[in-house]
Amino acid sequence: MAKFSFRGGVHPVYSKEITSTLAIVKMPLPQKVVVPMQQHIGAPCELLADVEKIEKGIEVKAGQKLGDNKGFVSAPVHAPISGTVVDIGPYNHPLGMKINAVTIESDGRDEWDENIKPAGSLEDLSADDIRKIVREAGIVGLGGATFPSHVKLSPPEDKPIDVVIINGAECEPYLTADHRVMLEKTEEIVFGLKAMMKALGASEGIIGIEDNKPDAHKQVESMVAEEENIRVCTLPTKYPQGAEKMLIYVTTGRVVPAGALPMEVGIVNHNVGTAAAITQAIREGKPLVERVLTVTGSGVAKPANVQARLGTLASEALDFCGGISESTLKVVVGGPMMGLAQPSADIPVIKGTSGILALTDEDVYLAESSPCIRCAKCVSVCPMNLMPTSIAQASEHGDYRRAEKLYALDCFECGCCSYICPSKIPLVQWIRIGKNEIMKRKNK
Amino acid sequence: MVINEKLIVSSSPHIRSVESVQSVMVDVLIALFPAALMAVLLFGYRALLTMLIAIAAAMLAEAIWLRKSDIFSDGSAAVTGLLLALTLPAAAPWWLVVVGSASAIIIGKQVFGGIGYNIFNPALVGRAILVVSWGGHMAGDIWPSPQPFAFGYDAAVVTGATVLAAPEKAVTFSLPEMFIGNIPGCLGETSALALLIGGLWLVYKGHIDYRIPGGFIGTVFILGVLFGGGFYANIFMTGLFHVVTGGVMIGAIYMATDFVTTPVTPAGRLIFGIGCGLITMLIRLWGALPEGVTFAILLMNAVTPIIDNFTIPQRFGGVKKSA
Ligand code: SF4
Ligand code: SF4
Repeated sequence: MAKFSFRGGVHPVYSKEITSTLAIVKMPLPQKVVVPMQQHIGAPCELLADVEKIEKGIEVKAGQKLGDNKGFVSAPVHAPISGTVVDIGPYNHPLGMKINAVTIESDGRDEWDENIKPAGSLEDLSADDIRKIVREAGIVGLGGATFPSHVKLSPPEDKPIDVVIINGAECEPYLTADHRVMLEKTEEIVFGLKAMMKALGASEGIIGIEDNKPDAHKQVESMVAEEENIRVCTLPTKYPQGAEKMLIYVTTGRVVPAGALPMEVGIVNHNVGTAAAITQAIREGKPLVERVLTVTGSGVAKPANVQARLGTLASEALDFCGGISESTLKVVVGGPMMGLAQPSADIPVIKGTSGILALTDEDVYLAESSPCIRCAKCVSVCPMNLMPTSIAQASEHGDYRRAEKLYALDCFECGCCSYICPSKIPLVQWIRIGKNEIMKRKNK
Repeated sequence: MVINEKLIVSSSPHIRSVESVQSVMVDVLIALFPAALMAVLLFGYRALLTMLIAIAAAMLAEAIWLRKSDIFSDGSAAVTGLLLALTLPAAAPWWLVVVGSASAIIIGKQVFGGIGYNIFNPALVGRAILVVSWGGHMAGDIWPSPQPFAFGYDAAVVTGATVLAAPEKAVTFSLPEMFIGNIPGCLGETSALALLIGGLWLVYKGHIDYRIPGGFIGTVFILGVLFGGGFYANIFMTGLFHVVTGGVMIGAIYMATDFVTTPVTPAGRLIFGIGCGLITMLIRLWGALPEGVTFAILLMNAVTPIIDNFTIPQRFGGVKKSA
């Protein structure tokens, strides 16, 4: 049991029971995939241009690299299926803009690139080998943050890492993909954790799981029973338990300084799906070309946890789950607390897509906002200990200097404040506007 | 597949708690129920009448001012009306109640811009206006002695506004009597027990922060013990006396915790509570008036923005204020 508890947080209706008992189903090979060149935080990929030039009309194999970037904070993208490149150009992206993407039409054969082969056993791999495999496989944080994983495995000399935390909190309501991965890919997660501990020279591994997933907890616990330096930490169910800084505090008692990265306190943390992806890259040599996501919400006829090739269109994933109802008000990529509402379902599943939700008025609360009654509920739930009402107000009045003084930049947009507000004020939206303005001024 | 042409693209989070301003206000009304019940048990049907008139007048004043037909609306006017009634004497004439309620809503709240924008606690503004303008009436023969379970109203049995006016006489009341509320005073302020029950429930529901009543009551008690004087042999009794008599309980639990007019930061709330307690006791012990809760809270309301500004909490992972 966790010794610490983070401040604030909320207890939304979790709605996880819809899909938590449903085993992962593999979606059939898609006819067409759309692969954006940006699926991570950092420098966008450029299409390969030298030996194997990626251009319209060429044939590609599954797992073949399509784009890369020499920058350190970046991750290559690969072809998720074999087939023909039929288009290259801007395409709708879950981030709400058009981003350069490669469209591949399937040849139905699912032939894999011949360079894909197992990397050998973990004992024979050096720390550098592991980092290289992770980078070449294009692995990024699958929880949704999409930070390139190899960067987290390459801390600077002066920041030794002693603890690797695997995030199995899955605190976002509705989502159960990580839960299922923990149940069905338990061994891969533990192996991935060991690989990361080796790459970092870390002495301790912690797997944090919220206590609303007792079956996953039991299963992971039994898998690590023999491991001396790996432990499972039960986390009380509270949103945002899975947020990096909260998770680190609750599992280790260490406080990541404001504005700093976890490596500052000797910690690196990765999502359970990321750990499993790393295992696949080491054991089979396969790059990251598919992931598990939850397709759910009251608007979905047959909610499911699906394993889909990246680039599969959200509309197809929703169709696979029985289609969405007429009464769907919002299509959201990610969870309901932090996910992005989409203007259309014509967007590809990318590395960070943990879920696709079709929400009706049963799920979403549409209400006019009324003036702030200063109840301070937003202040009490903010896990960063900020004053959401005051930041939002400053931002609404265009007083960005005050917003900054109130630590607007420390807000990680968890949504607790907007969630709890009885006046239904879109606090996060105002704070986000304030953050953008502050950053604009800083970059000037 | 079906694609709804009108997909809504709004900011996260996409789910919201079901709590609304109205549901919170209804909770406050529920929390005040024990106090209202005690008022009727102690002061009879006149208490019930006073409360009903005050609530109706407050809701009507707001509906007329805002020209809307939804009289209950967010429920805040009903709360203001009931709170005001609970601070009035049981036999206040009906017009006094109406004037108090209407001024609470209009002068205390609407002229500032309505809910969320007022600086001072509306109910206390209403009460202050009555005290200042119709002081004679507020001090006159409208303070019946409590007559438990009588339900009637005997105009002959009148008393003073509060036992605080003559503490040495108060020794005739036992502590349990004072705690349950069988003492002279305003409708809703006498029963510490009833107020406490509602208050605990509000803390449990997360609507009020224990820091405000804690700071307020704690300060009153400590100052009562230290400077309360010697009319009880036991100085702790004097401290308790100051806590359970007059408006401290209702003020600390229901007025000083008014959302709009009090600080939003945890430290600010503690300071606010302590400040209220301090001013209350300054007035009671060294001021010209027997009671000081109303003006203590109104004064602290005025400095609320300043308190908020000086108590910005340290962010998670932050170091001592520097940047
Ligand atoms: S929760 Fe909403 S109403 Fe309450 S203080 Fe925050 S912004 Fe204001
Ligand atoms: S201010 Fe930011 S960090 Fe705090 S609750 Fe709101 S969204 Fe979360």
